[in-house]
Amino acid sequence: MLSPERRVSLGSRRPGVIRRRLRLLPVLPSVLLLALFLLAPVAWSFYASFTDVALSGKAARDPSWLGLDNYARMFSEPGFPLALWLTVVFVGASAIAGQNILGLVLALLMARGNRVLSRAVGVAVVAAWVLPEIVAAFAAYAYFSRDGTLNQLLGLAGAHGADWLYAFPMAAVVLANIWRGTAFSMLVYRAALADVPADIMEAALMDGAGGRQRLFFITLPMIRNSIAGNLMLITLQTLAVFTLIWVMTTGGPAGASTTLPVLAYQEAFKFGDIGYGTAVASVLIVVGMVFGVVYVRLLREAKQ
Amino acid sequence: MTTPSLPRKTLPHRTEARRTPARRAGLRAGSALLAAIALLGLSACSPAAPQGTEAKTLKVVYQKTDSYTALDDVLKAAKAEFEAANQGVTVKLEPIQANDDDYGTKLALSQRSAETAPDVFYEDTFKVRSDVDAGYLLKLDGYLAQWDEWASFTDAAKAAGRADDGGIYAVPLGTDTRAIWYNKTVLQKAGIAVPWQPKTWDDILAAARRMKAADPTLVPFNMYAGKATGEGTVMQGFYQLLYGTGSTLYDEQEKKWVVGSRGFTDSLQFLKTLYDEKLAVTPAEALDANVWKRVFGEWLPKGRMGATVEGSYTPSFWQKGGAYEWPGYTKDMGVAMFPTQHGQAPGGVSMSGGWTLAVGAKSKNPDLAFKFLSTALNRKNALSFDVANSQIAVRSDVAADPGYQAANPFVKDVSSLVGVTHFRPATADYPRISSAVQEATEAVITGTQTPAEAAAAYDAAVRKIVGGDKVIEK
Repeated sequence: MLSPERRVSLGSRRPGVIRRRLRLLPVLPSVLLLALFLLAPVAWSFYASFTDVALSGKAARDPSWLGLDNYARMFSEPGFPLALWLTVVFVGASAIAGQNILGLVLALLMARGNRVLSRAVGVAVVAAWVLPEIVAAFAAYAYFSRDGTLNQLLGLAGAHGADWLYAFPMAAVVLANIWRGTAFSMLVYRAALADVPADIMEAALMDGAGGRQRLFFITLPMIRNSIAGNLMLITLQTLAVFTLIWVMTTGGPAGASTTLPVLAYQEAFKFGDIGYGTAVASVLIVVGMVFGVVYVRLLREAKQ
Repeated sequence: MTTPSLPRKTLPHRTEARRTPARRAGLRAGSALLAAIALLGLSACSPAAPQGTEAKTLKVVYQKTDSYTALDDVLKAAKAEFEAANQGVTVKLEPIQANDDDYGTKLALSQRSAETAPDVFYEDTFKVRSDVDAGYLLKLDGYLAQWDEWASFTDAAKAAGRADDGGIYAVPLGTDTRAIWYNKTVLQKAGIAVPWQPKTWDDILAAARRMKAADPTLVPFNMYAGKATGEGTVMQGFYQLLYGTGSTLYDEQEKKWVVGSRGFTDSLQFLKTLYDEKLAVTPAEALDANVWKRVFGEWLPKGRMGATVEGSYTPSFWQKGGAYEWPGYTKDMGVAMFPTQHGQAPGGVSMSGGWTLAVGAKSKNPDLAFKFLSTALNRKNALSFDVANSQIAVRSDVAADPGYQAANPFVKDVSSLVGVTHFRPATADYPRISSAVQEATEAVITGTQTPAEAAAAYDAAVRKIVGGDKVIEK
C-alpha cells in the first residue's frame, strides 16, 4: 500500500515541499476569494475612514486626507457614544444574556422533557431561525407595531397596549433578536449536552450531587468549549444585525435604537458622508475583533 | 477614477522571521496563483470584441414606486419614439424602486464608476449643484443652444439646472409648490366657512382647535416632522413656517447659513403646539416613514383629517390611475395658501422643488444621450408627465395646453403659488443641514428638547457641518 507513493516521493527532488504545496492547492481558491471580497473591502473601508470621501459634492470627485479627524469627530458628537452604548446593550441583552441562556435552558429542558413536546418546541424555535432576516424583521414589526398582533392580543384581554416600537424601541428589537436567534444556541447546546458522558452523570448522582450541583459542576464545565464557541458566533452575528433594526425602527425615535451598523449606514448613505460612515464601520470591526480575541482565548483555556 | 485606491504604504508588512518554511511555501504558491488570477482578471477586463458602431445602448436610470409610475410611462413612450427614430440604438430603462432618499443614494453609488454610471438619469433639482461638484453631470450648454424647443422653457425652469459655474447641467420635467389641502366637509362640520384661507399661524391653530372640539377623534391639521419623512418634513412642514417668519435657512447674498434666528425657534414652537395639543398626528405616527400614505390613502378621503400641508402633486394620488383613487376629491377637497406668521407681506409662503433629467458625465454616447433627453422632454411627453403627475408645467406651450389646464380643478390655484414660492439652498452641504433640521423637529415633537434647546443644537450642528466662518447670526 505504501510502495507506489514512496516511489513517487523518491523520484522527486524535494518531495516534502512539493507535496506540502500541492496540499495547499484546494484551499487557495477560497483564500483568494476571501482576500478579494472580504479583505479588500475591509482594507478600503479603513483607508476611506481617514478621508472625507463623499457620495456627492467636491469630496466625491477629489477626496482629501483627513487623518484622524473622522475618529475625533465621533467623540465630539453625541450620536456615536450613544450608538456604541446601544450596541453593547443590544449584544449583551439579546445575544449574551437572551439567546445564550434561553438556548441553554431550552436545550436542558428538551434533554429530559417529553419527546413529543420537546420536538414541538424545537420546531417552533427553529422556525424563527429558518426565516430570512427580512421576513423575520417584518414579522417582528407586525407583532410590535401600534395596530400589531401584540396590541390586538392585549386588546382581547382588555388591556391597552403601548406603542412599543416608539416607547420601548430597544426592548422591542432585543426581544425580536432573541426570538430570531435562540434556535442557534439551542441547537449548539443540544449537541453539546448529548456529548456529556452518561457515566460521569451517574457517578455524580451516586455521590449524591443534586440537580443544581450536577449542572454547575459537571455539565457546564464539560460543555465550556461549546459555550465559548457559541458566544463568539452569536456575539459577532448580533454585532452585525442591521436589517432587523432598520425594518422595525429605522434606528429611531430620535436615535434611541441606533446601533453602530445603523449609524454607519445612515452616515455613509443617508448623509453621503462615506468617510465618517466607514470610520464608524471600522470601529465596529475593531469591536468585533476584540470580542473574537477574548473568545478565542477562552476557547484556548478551555482546551487546557 | 473616483474610488481612491489603496496606497502602497498601508499594505501590511509581515515579519519574515516568524514564517515557518511550510508557511513560506504556501505563501509563495499563493502569490503565484494570485498573479495568475490577476492576469486572468486583466484579460477579462479588456474588451472582448470591438463593438459594432450601430449597436449602441443607452442606460436610463430613474425612480419608480407603487405610487409613482408617471415617469415610467413617459420614458417607455419616449423609448419607443427614440428607438424608431434612431435605428440600432437600444434604450435600456432601469427603474430603481425606492423612496427619494434611497433613490438618490443608489444613483450616486452607480455614478462613482464609469462602468455603472447611467447615460441619462432622473435627478432632484436640489442635488444638481452638489452632483455637478462631484463630476457626475455633463454640461449641456452646447446641446441646448442647438435645441429649438429650449426657448419654450420658462426662465425659472432654465435656472433649475444651473450650477455654480453658470452652466446648465439638467433640464426640468416640471416643478411643484406646496399648499394646505383641506377636506371641506370636515371643516364645515366644525362650523368653519369654506373656501378657507387662514391669514396667520394663529388662524390655523384656532381652526384646528375648533375641529378638535367638534370631533376629538379627528386629526385636524397635519404637518410632517421628524427624520422618517425626510425631505417631506422640511418641504411640507418646517420650511413653510420658517420662510413665513421673515427668516431664512441660507443667506444667498452672503453665501452663509443662518443661525440663532428667532424665526427658527418660533417655527419649532408652532410644531410643538400642534403636536402637544394633539392637533396633528401622534408623534409615533409622524415618525413612521409611511405616514404620508395614510394621509393620502386613508385619513383625508375618509374624512378623518381636516387639513395637511402637501405638494401640488397631491391630485396625482387621487385621480384616475393614481395610487389611492378617490373620485370625490374634486368636490370634497379645497386648497389654501400657507400663511405667513403674522400675515406679513407677501401674505403667503410656498416651497418649490422638482425633478430634472440629466446626462451622465461619464456617458460614452453623450450626443445620443442628449437626443434621448430631448425626446423624453418634448411637448407631448412633458404634457403627459405633467398631467399624470400633477406637476406645474415648465414649458410655456404645455402650460397653455387646454388638456393641462383641465387636468384637475386645482391647477390654477397651485400654479399661482409660484409667486410666493422659495427654493432650497442647493449647496453640497444642504442634505446634512436638512437632516439637522429634521432632527430638531423630531426632538421637539417627541419632547426630548424644548424649541430653544433644539434650535441651539441645530446651530451647533450647522457650525460643525459648514464651519464657523460660513454661518451668520440673524
